[in-house]
Formats: sequence, structure tokens, C-alpha cells
Amino acid sequence: MSDELMDYDEAVRRYDPVIGLEVHVELGTATKMFDAAPNVFGAQPNTMVTPTSAGLPGSLPVVNGKGVEYAIRIGLALGCEIAETCRFARKNYFYPDLCKDFQTSQSDEPIAYDGALPVELEDGTVFTVPIERAHMEEDAGKNIHVGGADGRIEGADHSLVDYNRAGVPLVEIVTRPIEGAGARAPEVAATYVRTLRDIFRALGVSEARMERGNVRADVNVSLRESPDSPWGTRTETKNVNTFRGIDAVVRYEIRRQAAILAAGGEVQQETRHGQADGTTRAGRIKSDADDYRYFPEPDLVPLAPSREWVEEIRAGLPEMPAAKRRRLKAEWGLADDEMRDVVNAGALELIEATVLAGTTGQAARKWWMGELSRSAKEQELALEDLSITPAQVAGLQNLVDSGRLTDKLARQVLEGVLAGEGDPEQVVEARGLEVVSDEGALLAAVDDALAANPDVAEKIRGGKVKAAGAIVGAVMKATKGQADARRVRELVMERVGG
Amino acid sequence: MVRATAAQQAAALAAGELSSRELTRAHLDRIAAVDGAIGAFLDVDADKALADADAADAARREAAADGASVPELTGVPTAVKDLIVTRGQVTTAASRILEGWVPPYDATLVKNLRAAHLPILGKTNLDEFAMGGSTEHSAFGRTANPWDLGRIPGGSSGGSAAAVGAFEAPTAVGTDTGGSIRQPAAVTGTVGVKPTYGTVSRFGVIAMASSLDTPGPMARTVLDAALLHDVIASYDPLDSTSLPDAPRGMADVVRAAQAGADLTGLRVGVIAELDGGEGYHAGVVDSFHTALELLEEAGAAVETVSLPHLEYALDAYYLIMPAEASSNLARYDGMRYGLRVEPAEGPVTAETVMAATRGAGFGDEVKRRIILGTHVLSAGYYDAYYGSAQKVRTLVQRDFAAAWQRADVLVSPTAPVTAYRFGEKDDPLAMYKLDVTTIPANLAGVPAMSLPSGLSDDGLPVGFQVLAPQRADDRLYRVGAVLEAMLEKKWGGHLLAQAPELEVK
Repeated sequence: MSDELMDYDEAVRRYDPVIGLEVHVELGTATKMFDAAPNVFGAQPNTMVTPTSAGLPGSLPVVNGKGVEYAIRIGLALGCEIAETCRFARKNYFYPDLCKDFQTSQSDEPIAYDGALPVELEDGTVFTVPIERAHMEEDAGKNIHVGGADGRIEGADHSLVDYNRAGVPLVEIVTRPIEGAGARAPEVAATYVRTLRDIFRALGVSEARMERGNVRADVNVSLRESPDSPWGTRTETKNVNTFRGIDAVVRYEIRRQAAILAAGGEVQQETRHGQADGTTRAGRIKSDADDYRYFPEPDLVPLAPSREWVEEIRAGLPEMPAAKRRRLKAEWGLADDEMRDVVNAGALELIEATVLAGTTGQAARKWWMGELSRSAKEQELALEDLSITPAQVAGLQNLVDSGRLTDKLARQVLEGVLAGEGDPEQVVEARGLEVVSDEGALLAAVDDALAANPDVAEKIRGGKVKAAGAIVGAVMKATKGQADARRVRELVMERVGG
Repeated sequence: MVRATAAQQAAALAAGELSSRELTRAHLDRIAAVDGAIGAFLDVDADKALADADAADAARREAAADGASVPELTGVPTAVKDLIVTRGQVTTAASRILEGWVPPYDATLVKNLRAAHLPILGKTNLDEFAMGGSTEHSAFGRTANPWDLGRIPGGSSGGSAAAVGAFEAPTAVGTDTGGSIRQPAAVTGTVGVKPTYGTVSRFGVIAMASSLDTPGPMARTVLDAALLHDVIASYDPLDSTSLPDAPRGMADVVRAAQAGADLTGLRVGVIAELDGGEGYHAGVVDSFHTALELLEEAGAAVETVSLPHLEYALDAYYLIMPAEASSNLARYDGMRYGLRVEPAEGPVTAETVMAATRGAGFGDEVKRRIILGTHVLSAGYYDAYYGSAQKVRTLVQRDFAAAWQRADVLVSPTAPVTAYRFGEKDDPLAMYKLDVTTIPANLAGVPAMSLPSGLSDDGLPVGFQVLAPQRADDRLYRVGAVLEAMLEKKWGGHLLAQAPELEVK
């Protein structure tokens, strides 16, 4: 079953990849798209259903206004036009977890259309992804296969269906064919979805948690001889829900299809499934387009979002992540690569909150990208899951700034905070870590050290200023590191250099 | 007691002359005596009905003690077409595929019945999933016409019509997708109303064709229909096609019309395309014209109005209806409720179970419409069939809009023929053609009523159809009340009094 692959660089030299992405996002509304069942994740199976979300005979859908508002928010954020009127349609097909045996969706009349999303790549260049449409639909339930290995349908002896997810509102964002990405197609695809994820979060329309499948992408890839050639046959890889997976699928399909074309073969139009190792595997062959027998949903009246409402929503849109990044980068005085590291580390919001709690961008960055990143890596945690708050980080930095902690002491205090010993102040208190600022005590310690090391004192007097380090070290040791080394050095020079 | 009208029964309850329990018991006894011959009911739950009756009696007592009022029909029992879901009581849509299914929820209109304390006698028979015009297409046996047990009671609400016509229930709820309330009312000598689409909630009404399905009242008199209409009609946020501003208070309209008995100034338009001709019984046309004379006598101005696109309405209907039905019925796949049949041989998969279940669970007429509807919606045929049908629908709606410029109400015979014998129309197309008179109202979403206008030369009842603009349901009740009063004067009582006595067990 293993596919022949062409070397990636050669593949993109010989062929022009065209990609297309269909991204589904589950909206974080309180209730489902067409009924009052709660929209929650992780509940006991089939406890979050009404007759409508179970598709019982006689049940009817009613549109969730919040879902429509969220869809409009997404459409506006992607630069789309918002339809004056639009309708829902029935997409008729059988699938065991589809309770009505049709999905309520939008076909030829989406709520938002004709948008564009600028996507900033790793090196700072901006690639604009053309958006064809964003439309509303409902999620299906979930099949649970029992009796096989790893919950897969292969080898299972029966399947159960959980309808808790049935009817959860989705917005599907469909790109136009993305041309001109060339060798960067995998990066464009992954960065586009990451950019969308950030926008969903900024808009507050979804938690957009990839690991829960809140955001899923269908990835289309085709190759052609050159940008002037007709479209090639495309494959569609379903439900990829990691950024790395999206990158890998595009990369793999380019290599696989290039090998087929170079050997004079034909790419099959088919649905494929992304694998954990970054390869894709053939699913069913799409010989003809499925006949979904779309027709306007007669149980729902057409939607006509008023222009006033749309403008109200537009006026209430938050700052978009890209603009926010530009602003924060300037405000914090970060270099391009520093900012990129921050974003890639998922530390932007944490640093922003730390700055808001009262410190500088540079200082906040230093903590989160330094000590805290290291600590997170050691504990195998996400940064936001460390047991420290942005306010605590800001508090720690303030103790340094006011001279009450040295950097070295601050690191010890940090350890205490991460260990759950309380706020920085409390840790300083409990561990007795404050800088010794009593000049008399410091002087006494300096004098003791000089007296104990007369030869060193002599060297300093002789002009070997570097030798002062040994005295400073001795004093630091005597004060268990709680002295301000800079001040100690000054005192040594006063006493000896005089 | 069971021969009294619902209004008379309500008056007796209000006067304390009898209890709802006694009244309900009387109807249950009547059902026990005659339904073996009629077959109007699929399920009768006497204990539940009597418990409902006791609750109604209690509600009347409490209201009396508080000096408060109750809805007029409180305690007067009714029957519900088995297409409408009732919590805790089997609902089958007369289909094997739902045999034994007990819904966990009530339709909104059933909630309304319960809130007004109308005891539910039972669930009435219908053509499977409301597909048919004769109640011969029920999976659980046919219903007979009380006028002649060898004839059909109309359909698809034939069970409801027969229950009312045989004095088993004073009123009943039906549904009308292409005439399924009016046509059975016509052939049983009863009154049936298809309200304005969106007046009575469809929530909990098992869908055949969503854009056409309209629940409504069936009764023996116009006033009784109005009283039931006022109970079941409500704005329902659970049905997005429900009208927030539908007209209310139909019973008041009827009483006012009965007091005045005058239609002076009313413009009555006779629909030229539905006024006799090929396929109409002569007796039906005669009865229709007799009623028109009475309307003129009451002061109405009668003229002929043409709706030129009605000639395409039947074809459009038989494309739209199966298209929607094929989608609505897709959920009956043997996976979650009702019948489940595993394939006799070969692998047991979702697809093979679904195929076996549908093969065993759906009747021929249902299968016919699913196949037709699937074809109509399929890629390559959509524009030619479904798309064209929707355009015709728009043209029919425009015809009506133009007609309302010239007439306040439109009239026609409700059905071209009287009740036919069982098995007489075994060609589906012949049956479809009988809907030609009733379908236009569904395509246009306008309200329409059928009331008896007399007997045809074959001694069987004939229905007179009145149509009004959207939201003008009150006009139907006004015209119906006046015409009914004049006809009853002529007959010396209700037309049903001329029906043969049923042999009582």
C-alpha cells in the first residue's frame, strides 16, 4: 500500500501545486444551532439532546440567533460580504450519525462570501488567501465503535451513536483555489488555518481547541505542469486537526501526486485520510460527485440580517490578531524574530496580560520566553498551564526593579511560586530571600572578607581590579547570595581603592 | 349525548348538567359500539381519556370556585390524527415503520389541547404518512365511510372525518397537505378547515411535505370547527414558519355571523377552472350551484373569477410534495426507533439494515412517492422538475393575489366526486387527480374550508369549498356559518341526520 514519493524540492520544481481548504469551526454558543439542547463538550452520551437534535418524527428546527451573529462576525473578520438574504438547504445523504439523514446547511446562498485573509508567513512575507464563502451548518453526532481495536470501525462488532454533538453549530470557511504558493504551499496551508484559529479566539466565537476537534480542515491538493496549465485532479484529505498535520498532508500529497504524474499516471479524484505519521491513505473513490439532492429547507424561513445589525456587529469587532501583533510589537519594542518566537510559543496573550499587570514588554517577554518556557518544557506543560499567573510574573519583576531581589534571587522566588508557595512577596518572606540592603552589615562582611584574604586585598591595591571578584564572591557566599553584588563591588573598591 | 354538537356539549358541561367523565365515557362507549365497523381509531386509551376528563372536571370546579372562566371546550373530548405525536401514547403515522413508537414529547397543538383540558379519546387512522386520499393506504386497516361502509371516508384524515361523522368524537384534529382535511370532510358530510399556513404549529406533526402541511380542525358544524380552531391555533417559537400575528377568535366570528345571517356586500368569486367539467359528478355540480344561489340570497355578489395557472397546480404539487416527503422520510432508517429489520442474508451493515427495514416498513404509496421525490431532486433533474414546480407555485400565488382584487372569498366544490368504493381507484394517478380542487390552497398557503352543501344524486354528501386570503380565516367562518344556517333550515337539521343508522353492537 505504500505510495511512491518524489523528492519534495524536485516535485515543486516540476509541478505547480494548487491547494484549497475547507475549515470547519464549532461555535461556542450556549445552545445548538437549531434547538435548545445545551452545546457542551464531554457530557454523558445522549444527555444533551432534544427531540429536534435527535431528529425525532415531528420535530422542527429553529435558527439560533447567536449562531447567526457569530457567523456574521467570522464573515466580517475575513473581509466577506454579508448576504442580504440567505437560506438554509437540506443536504440529503445517509450517514449513521446523521439523525435526520440530511444535514441542514447552506448551499448556494451562504451568509458570507467573497473575502480574503492575509496570512503572515514565517519570514514575514504576507500571502493573501482568497475566501469563497463562509456558511452555517450543523455538526453530526458521533459514532462509537465497540469491540475492535482503538475504537476503529475495522473489527468492531457494533457501533453506538452519541447525539450530543448533533446540531452543534458549525461555520465552514471555503477558500478559492490557492495559487502561487509554490514550494511554500504546506506552510501557507498550515499558517492559514493557524491564522483562522487565532481569529476565532479573538472573536470569541469558539474556544477553537484543535485537540477537541473544534477546528478541522479538509485539505485539497492538486498539481499542474505550470501556472498556465488547466487544473489537475485533486484529492481531498478529511478532518485534519493539527497545524503540523496540515503541513504534512500538503507536503505528502505534492510528493505522491508528483511521483504519479512523472510516471505518466493519473491522480485519482478521491477522499483520503491523514495518518499520524504525516502520510495519507486512500478512502473511497469519488468517481462522480455525490448527489446530495440539495433543496431549500422548508422548515426554516429565509434569513435577512438587517444592515443595521451587520454594521453593529462590525463596529463591535475586536482588534484582529495580526493588527494586534503589529501594535504590541511596536509597544514592547521587540525585534521581528523576538515577536515571532513569542507568537510561536503561544506566549502573546500571557505577555500581554503580564504587561497589563504592570511591567514592561521586554521584561515580561524575558520571563515567559526564558525561565518559564524552560520550566514548562521540563514539566511538559503548555505555558498557560504553568501554575503562575501573569500578575505574579509582573510582581516578581517589580521586586527586581525596586532592588529588593537580584536576578538570581528572583529565580529562586520563581521556583517557590511555581511550587505553589504563593505570591512572590509571600515566597520572599517565607524563604527569607530578600537582598541584604543594610549598609552596615554589608560593610562588616566586606571588611571580614578583606581581612580573611589579605593577599587579594594587596593585589587590588596594586591595581588588579579584577581580583575584587574574589572578595565579592566571598561576601556573596557569606550573605547566602542575598547581597546586591554590584553594591558589594562598590564597597570593596571604596574600602581598598580609596 | 354523543349526537349533540361540541358547542351543545360544552354548554351542558358549563351548566353542570353532566360531567366531562360522563361525556367522555359516552363517546368511549360509542367507539366501542361502532368502531369495529368504521375503523376510525388506531389507538384508544380509555383510562387516559377518562383521567383527562377528571382533570377537566376539576378545572371547571376550580374555576367556578375562583369565579374564573375556562376555555369553552374544556371537558369536551376530541380525537387526534395519528400523524401528530402524543407523549406517552403510541403514534404510528399508520406505518409499520413506526409501529409501537411511543413519543417522548407532545406536539404543540396537543399541548394546547391538554392546556384547555380536551380529553383525547384516541388516535385516528390515516393514509400512511398522510399519503393518499382514501385511508385505504393505512398499514393497519382501512376506515369506512359512515354513510356507506363500502366506501372510502376520504383521506388522508379519513379516520378523523369518520370519527366525527359516526358520532364517535364531537371534533377531531386532522392535517391538510393537499386537501387531506377538506376532502374527507366533504365525502363524510362534515366540516373541515385548513387554516392559514403557520396558524397551527407543525411542531410535533410528523412531516410529509413541510411547506404544505397544515393541521386544522374537523367537526360537524362550523361553530364546532371554530371552537377547536381557537384551541389549537397558537404562535409557536418552536416552529419557525409559525405566524406571530395570525387571527384569533373564530368562534366569536361564527356567532356574530349566525346572529346576522347576512352577507350583503360580500364578493364571492367562483373559480372558473374548478366549476365542473370533465371528471365532476353531475350531482356535485348541482349541489354546488344550489349553495351559490343561497349565498346570493344572503346578499353576496357572485361572479366568476379565473385563476389561469391552476391547470398546472396539480403537476407542481405532485413534484414538490414527494420531493419534500422523500427528504422528511429519510430518517426512518431502522437505527433509532420503530421497526428494525435485519437482512435475510449477507452482511448486517447500516445500509443493509436500512434497506431491509424500509422494504418491510413502508407501504407501496410511500415507496412510490419517495422514489418520485428522490428523482425530482436528483442532480440533472432538479431544475426541470423541482425548480419548475416552484415557479408554478409562485404563479399560482400571483393568481390568487390577483383574484383577491375582485373577490373577498373564492368558492368551488371541495372534491369533483363523492365517496368512491374501496378499490375503485387503484390507479394512483386517478386518485391524484381528485386533489385538483384542494391543492391550490396549499400551494398558496391560504386558508380554506369545506362544509356540506347537500347530497348528490347518489345520496352521498357533497362538500362546498370556501377559500380566503392569507390570515383572513375569519371570512371562511363567516361565510360558512351563514351558508350552514341556510342549508340546515332547508334540510330541517344537520345533514348527518340523513345518514343511515349504524348498527350498534
